Amino acid sequence: MAFFADPKIALGVKLLEVLYIVMGIIVGYAGIKTLFEKDHKAPVTTAIFWLSLAVILIFGKWLPPVVSGILVVIMALPAIIGKVKPGTVNAPDSKYTRQLAEKIGYKIFIPTLSMGLFAIIFAVFTKISPLVGVGVGVIVAMILLMLFSKDNKISTFFNDSKRLLDQVGPLSMLPMLLAALGAIFTAAGVGQVIAEIVGKIIPKGNLTVGILVFAISMPLFTIIMGNAFAAITVITVGIGGPFVFALGANPVVVGMLALTAGYCGTLVTPMAANFNIVPVAILDMKGRYNVIKNQLIVAGFVLVFQIIYMLIAK
Amino acid sequence: MIKLIGVAIVILGFALKLDNIAIILVAGFVTGLVGGMDIVKILETIGKSFVANRGMAIFIIVFFVTGTLERNGLREMAAKLISKLRNATAGAVIAAYGVLRLILAAFNVSLGGSAGFVRPIVVPMAVGAVEAKHGEPDEKHVEEIKGMSAAMENVTWFFGQVLFVGGSGALLVQSTLKNLGYSSELVDLAKVEIPVAIFALIVASIVFNIKDKRLTKTLYASGKKGGK
Repeated sequence: MAFFADPKIALGVKLLEVLYIVMGIIVGYAGIKTLFEKDHKAPVTTAIFWLSLAVILIFGKWLPPVVSGILVVIMALPAIIGKVKPGTVNAPDSKYTRQLAEKIGYKIFIPTLSMGLFAIIFAVFTKISPLVGVGVGVIVAMILLMLFSKDNKISTFFNDSKRLLDQVGPLSMLPMLLAALGAIFTAAGVGQVIAEIVGKIIPKGNLTVGILVFAISMPLFTIIMGNAFAAITVITVGIGGPFVFALGANPVVVGMLALTAGYCGTLVTPMAANFNIVPVAILDMKGRYNVIKNQLIVAGFVLVFQIIYMLIAK
Repeated sequence: MIKLIGVAIVILGFALKLDNIAIILVAGFVTGLVGGMDIVKILETIGKSFVANRGMAIFIIVFFVTGTLERNGLREMAAKLISKLRNATAGAVIAAYGVLRLILAAFNVSLGGSAGFVRPIVVPMAVGAVEAKHGEPDEKHVEEIKGMSAAMENVTWFFGQVLFVGGSGALLVQSTLKNLGYSSELVDLAKVEIPVAIFALIVASIVFNIKDKRLTKTLYASGKKGGK
């Protein structure tokens, strides 16, 4: 409590912490509700996953780092053995949603757009993190939804968000885990080693060559790994840092474009099964690679566009 | 050289489709150990980084309303919006869906993916557009309409979501840059992607419309117009 009362700590920092606490409560609710679901396939392990995440989100700031680290491992274990399962689905039936669509109409887009809108407002007009803006947008959206329909109670929001959390499951933790892996790579000095090896292959001190190698290795590694998030942590440290940013290129422009250059790899690899193979089954398609085939040309154009963009805006 | 073992584990692990979370943890611990860190130091690094990057879990707070938006008819109204296109071709329906999806993705809202929106709404609408003009649609045309719809879904989601200030992609780039000693603002990272998103949407729309036109020309005899 002393943290929130301390006048020396900026309001934005406090609000961000409040946001994390609310996120922790939402996840914690999902964990506790899981324990009470009678026909759940793996209630205890699923609850361990969501509840340890909740503890890290809520108390992370005050826990010693080693305890947070142990909690991350505890959270990961049920996921690794495949024992984090979705619970009873409470999807709204289409009769009900059609009825509400008729009642609410196009007004539904106002709460839909409010999260992004407040993120931008906070980013442009305040020094507070845009993530807090997202949180404010969520509150505005909730109020609007409650005004639109009396059926929308606080419990509705909790139960509907549990449904979506169940859907995404442990893989939603991938960006945070990859960031942690990146931190270990940095601490262990992996970047220097890659830089030494790559330095033997490509000439040092040539920014154009550096950018080309950076922009092409991103989709290439993404094609092999199936995940641009995994590629960006490794490639930025190994190639982006020593061969692009160290030579004076703008890290914001080139570093960000490298990620979306990687997305061009995601569009053409069967390794990204969620996006490219699963829809084939969902849509009853005949050709296993017909989604990828339709993405090939687009991915090629967008990659070339981004490389030129990097070279111009560096 | 031995320090690269973690990188090798990540690349091989993902390529062999082993459990993603297991790969990341194993790669982290192995790299830390060969890099001279002890278990406590490794756990500390993981804990510190995870706590510092809690913002990447922002999807949790977004979920708090998106599920209820679905319940209150968001998909139905999105479908109604697309169906306002009159006399549209299949290509135009897919492009219109792309515009809507890109805009919503920039606000971090998904309409439900292939199962939730493309299959029940986009594909039937595009196929319906063909039926209205040429009668029974050709099987090959339907297959391509499905492929193009799924492709539009992915392209606009990937390049639209990076426009969201605070999206997980930008947060990961921000933390990766921070490890290297460079600071960046989320809003600047999002701005960088505006031209890319617009370009991707335009290219996809043009490519799919050309393809649709070509298929229509070769598959249906011109005299059959309007026949049902």
